[in-house]
Amino acid sequence: MEVGQMQRRLVDYTKSLFMEGFLDSQFLQLQQLQDENNPDFVVEVVSLFFEDSEKLLNELTRALDQTNVEFKKVDAHVHQLKGSSSSIGAQRVKNACIAFRNFCEEQNTEACMRCLQQVKQEYYLVKNKLETMFRLEQQIVAAGGSIPIIEMSS
Amino acid sequence: MNPSNGKGPISMASSSASWRVGDGVSDQFPAGLRVLVVDDDPTCLRILEKMLRTCLYEVTKCNRAETALSLLRGNKNGFDIVISDVHMPDMDGFKLLEYIGLEMDLPVIMMSADDGKNVVMKGVTHGACDYLIKPVRIEALKNIWQHVVRKRKNEWKDFEQSGSVEEDRQQKQSDEADYSSSANEGNWKNSKKRKDDEEESEERDDSSTLKKPRVVWSVELHQQFVAAVNQLGIDKAVPKKILELMNVPGLTRENVASHLQKYRLYLRRLSGVSQHPNNLNGSFMNPQEAAFGQLSSLNGLDLQALAAAGQLPAHSLATLQAAGLGRSTPKSSIHMPLVDQRNVFSFENPKLRLGEGQQQHMPSNKQMGLLHGIPTTMEPKQLANLQHTAQSIGNINMQINSQGGQSSQNNSLLMQMAQSQSRGQILGETAGGHVPRLPSTIGQPILTPDIGPNVSARNGIPENIRSTGYNPVSQTSSLLNFPMTPTSELSVNSYPLGNTSGVSSLPSKGSFQQDINSDIKGSVGFMPSFDIFNDLHQHKSQNWELENVGMTFDASRHSNSAQGSLDLAQSVLAHQGFSSGQMTGQNRNAAAIGSTMFSSNNGTEHGNAQNVGPHLNALLIDNQIRVKTETFHDSNPANIFPEHFGQEDLMSALLKQQEGIASAEHEFDFDGYSMDNISV
Repeated sequence: MEVGQMQRRLVDYTKSLFMEGFLDSQFLQLQQLQDENNPDFVVEVVSLFFEDSEKLLNELTRALDQTNVEFKKVDAHVHQLKGSSSSIGAQRVKNACIAFRNFCEEQNTEACMRCLQQVKQEYYLVKNKLETMFRLEQQIVAAGGSIPIIEMSS
Repeated sequence: MNPSNGKGPISMASSSASWRVGDGVSDQFPAGLRVLVVDDDPTCLRILEKMLRTCLYEVTKCNRAETALSLLRGNKNGFDIVISDVHMPDMDGFKLLEYIGLEMDLPVIMMSADDGKNVVMKGVTHGACDYLIKPVRIEALKNIWQHVVRKRKNEWKDFEQSGSVEEDRQQKQSDEADYSSSANEGNWKNSKKRKDDEEESEERDDSSTLKKPRVVWSVELHQQFVAAVNQLGIDKAVPKKILELMNVPGLTRENVASHLQKYRLYLRRLSGVSQHPNNLNGSFMNPQEAAFGQLSSLNGLDLQALAAAGQLPAHSLATLQAAGLGRSTPKSSIHMPLVDQRNVFSFENPKLRLGEGQQQHMPSNKQMGLLHGIPTTMEPKQLANLQHTAQSIGNINMQINSQGGQSSQNNSLLMQMAQSQSRGQILGETAGGHVPRLPSTIGQPILTPDIGPNVSARNGIPENIRSTGYNPVSQTSSLLNFPMTPTSELSVNSYPLGNTSGVSSLPSKGSFQQDINSDIKGSVGFMPSFDIFNDLHQHKSQNWELENVGMTFDASRHSNSAQGSLDLAQSVLAHQGFSSGQMTGQNRNAAAIGSTMFSSNNGTEHGNAQNVGPHLNALLIDNQIRVKTETFHDSNPANIFPEHFGQEDLMSALLKQQEGIASAEHEFDFDGYSMDNISV
């Protein structure tokens, strides 16, 4: 596939992520921060997010597995996850976290476990999407092209 | 960020070399704004950093509140604004906000993904200047400079109003100034209207109201403040009188008032937290601790803090610094001030609240524990905090004295020594560019007499110093050695006494102490401490002035706290008699800090630590003893307590240690062995 085609594919793919709510405008902010001095900024930050999130998800799984669930702790983790996901623009993960926190307040273990599943699902989805997007970018760069700037009018 | 300001006690807008409001450099403004961002979320932290850099700000990031505090304490004038997350695992963001407000008075912006009204309200009540909801957008960050300007402007106004400012423009300003920054002490509120012309307006040369000369509470200045407050009695201390007593040109009543307010809060905090073994921090600790604490914390970070905290008497500070400077490398200079402050606090004002009081962690705390013969306790922890080391040295000395039943003379000597040591340390530390935390004790004649038992404790400081491996520590020790009194010789010896005496910690730390002793010895006969300091001071005077501003005692406190876990130390210290003379109730806090460091619980919080204590204690208390032995042990050869502390050696040792000290965290590994490791 030639560069132009790859670029178009990337643009369409990225746009779809926005349309489907996987990513929101915060992600655009990240992209705007990337410049020639920090050409891998987005990848770097997203990787940090992945690493951190996975830790949090493990903690959450462990915490909810206890006989006596410490909801405060669970809430703290979810809050953190909410913060980081919103910072990179992973909108659906963030929304799932918001719902999760409500159940934490109610101290509803069952519901919390369901929410955790939901969060995990959203997380893996967006992770997948982002990794695909990065791959596309790499291909373009490898082929000598440049990453097109996504203009999102929203 | 390193404070670039070399201004005098009252430094104006420390940071803003690059962008002084109203200055001609407004073109670049606000580029270069020095921001410290604290968030435990690595993703957010990275993003914020990038955003802030894009705004052309100078960014320092850290993911732990403790780190942030020590950074701030170590570099009082190193930052213009702080951005902190609300929810953090090691410390609540609001607490951090409080500490910063008390100790450094920097504008703090809170941020969180939580946008609940309660949380935002909390931010308001705790004094945050803004609250950002995550995800933070770059647009929101672009304007944060306004908070810095606003604060400066208000301070300026206060400054002017207090009357010390020339009345010209100030008058106008003062009239409208809102003393938000000054403590709203009713009694001095009226001072606003008064403008005395006497003060030079150099700070205000710019005449632009924006450029408000930010008063830098250097260690020396703080010591003067503490001295004045103590003299008046904490209850009767009103800004006007304090100002008169202090007799510092350029200082306004407003400055004093706001500082007093903070100090009071600090003391309160100390007394609240000083459940810990204030004893340790006790009397001797304070003066020394302050010095030490400073030193320890100085490890490179907090010299300023120390200076600020310690508020060492100007002269003592100077001498310490001089001494310290002479010895150590440039670092010492900074340390000096810090130490001084600490000392000052410890002695004088229980009320001194160095910032959070945590900072003040009087070195004595550390030392106390160390001295008591709890070798283990002292060291590791104390070492960690250079600042504390200073204190510890002092404490050690003190302890030694007490332990060894040294004559009071020793004590005094020790105290002095401790002080000097702490100073030395500070100096050493300052070498690093931090405000030397000179143990104010040295400078303070008051210290010695009061300290009596405490003095010995001071000796311990050198130990502390050592532990931290900060050169400053060594300095302090060296300083300590110089017993301000002619009996300096004795003091030097006293260390050894201490060592030999029950203070096992000392011996173990011994190497350090020894260094200290030897170092100090050199200075024996100083009254010489002054002289020495002068030398040092010369080098660094400027350094610490700037740096010290902050009551960086907190830093020391932290270190202390880390070390604080030395329960033994504390108790020992407590015994030392810290509790006795020195620590007045207020000192307790300070002492507590020191002690908290050790084991954080030495009941007898000596008020001495006040300067340092308050912060330290707070820290300690909070941290309980996070004994972090900062790399104290390594390079400080000054550990040698027993011999006479060659000031130079100590200082250099301290400095060396400092350099070597990771400084960043308090974590010291020494845990068990206190001073030995410190080899100056």
